[in-house]
Amino acid sequence: MAVNIGLNLFRHELTPAEVVKKSREDRFFAREIIDGIFTDFIEFHGDRQSGDDMSVIGGIAALNGKPVTIIAIDKGIDINDKLSKRNGSPEPWGYRKAQRLMQQANKFHRPIVTFINTPGAFPGKTAEAQGQGEAIAKSILESMKLTVPMIAIIYGEGGSGGALALATSDQVWMFQNATYSILSPEGFASILWKDSKRSDEAAGVMGLTPKDLLNKNVIEYIIPESRNHPRVFNLIRKRLDDEFTRLNELTPDELIAQRRARFRAF
Amino acid sequence: MDLYENQRSTSKIKRDASVNDRIPDGLFLACPYCGTQMYNKQLGDYRVCAKCGYGFRLQARERVALLTDNFEEMDADIEMTTPDFPGYAEKLARAKSQTDLGESVLTGVANIEGEQVALGVMDSYFMMGSLGSMTGEKITRLFEYATAHQLPVVLFTASGGARMQEGINSLMQMAKVSAAVAAHQEAGLLYLVVLTDPTTGGVTASFAMQGDVTLAEPHALVGFAGARVIESTIHEKLPKDFQRVETLLENGFVDKIVPRAELGQIIAKIVKLHHRTEI
Repeated sequence: MAVNIGLNLFRHELTPAEVVKKSREDRFFAREIIDGIFTDFIEFHGDRQSGDDMSVIGGIAALNGKPVTIIAIDKGIDINDKLSKRNGSPEPWGYRKAQRLMQQANKFHRPIVTFINTPGAFPGKTAEAQGQGEAIAKSILESMKLTVPMIAIIYGEGGSGGALALATSDQVWMFQNATYSILSPEGFASILWKDSKRSDEAAGVMGLTPKDLLNKNVIEYIIPESRNHPRVFNLIRKRLDDEFTRLNELTPDELIAQRRARFRAF
Repeated sequence: MDLYENQRSTSKIKRDASVNDRIPDGLFLACPYCGTQMYNKQLGDYRVCAKCGYGFRLQARERVALLTDNFEEMDADIEMTTPDFPGYAEKLARAKSQTDLGESVLTGVANIEGEQVALGVMDSYFMMGSLGSMTGEKITRLFEYATAHQLPVVLFTASGGARMQEGINSLMQMAKVSAAVAAHQEAGLLYLVVLTDPTTGGVTASFAMQGDVTLAEPHALVGFAGARVIESTIHEKLPKDFQRVETLLENGFVDKIVPRAELGQIIAKIVKLHHRTEI
């Protein structure tokens, strides 16, 4: 039996505030994840209406040889990349690109995987004028009608409606040091307690860690992280393949009924 | 000294210190949109600014009384039974007594100018119309009922967004309601949204923007992100009326802005034109 010395230096479980901090670090990048899990990724651009949002990376690839559609929110690698992606805050045309790729996947019976890392949808002037609310609302509504399996993976921040727009799926998984919440702990503290400096305390009560969310059935699976990224990617590849195989056995009606029932439970 | 005595004589009219206490509160109001001061009674039954047409915020029950000829409430007993966040139970209790509602939305089957509809009215006086799990539950059941009974849904939105105290469960309501909207849509039924002041956040990012037809009351504030959040993000001042429905109409997100007094008629007309007929 281990002797409790009050502080376990080796298997220290992170506090919610520490998970928040970690989830915002540059641990994984969308392109690295995509290239690590899939082969033959080809990126597709644009929403066919108003532009191409760099913060949403989408396209097709092969998962163990089988075609899939990939949609990923990326915060960017270097400073210029981060600026052009607004640190992973999609514009409405980013969500509309996602919708286009979802429809495309539906047409060609390809499963969809989304990777999410966003502080939230971008709160900008153009975003608002171009219907940020409508873009998210439609992403949610359209994904409720998809007849192909969809799995969402939150690998960093899962910020509010901006994350939910790509997470109304058959399953939601989270990286071990990711978060998923109604808004940032800073925003939460400032709205409820009028003091954004109490964000660590807010993180504690918000229930935003993967463990909390697994207990509430908001997510199905926690992906253990490792510095050995290929190991993480191998695990995800295998699990995605298994789950898509299983979900593909359902009829379209069963799949839709199951997805809607998943959210009906809340 | 008489000469000066006279000058010092005080006025016979004394300031009545208690006068302010005797004037009832809310007798004079300023329009939140155009700022015009007016006598309460000038607003009329519809509570509309005589100058700019802005509709003052209504409680859900007032709205239903104004709009419908007949209303049968459903799910009146649904309310949050486990408000475990600190201070949440007290807030809920206050909201309930102020609005005579169990949650931030009132739902039921209504008759509007002869048309039967499933009607939902959100109440901004109930915790700012925030989207609690029981708010979502009532709206979801409204759609499910409408789908089962082949009824159109008319939903008046009013919300400050998510219910912070419920955390992720509040976020999940956006998905839950959307799933019910999808099923209603697939049944070929009409979903008519009326955007009222204010409709923001998670409600805008879900069922407020999923209607087949979207009406709005004049000058209602509708948006996704809060103006202050946007201004602090982009470091510039937003133009006046940036998130008013007149701007949304220009940008293509609203079908028609309808003065409050005409809403019943217009809704009934639209519903009627969606009756399935053999041509």
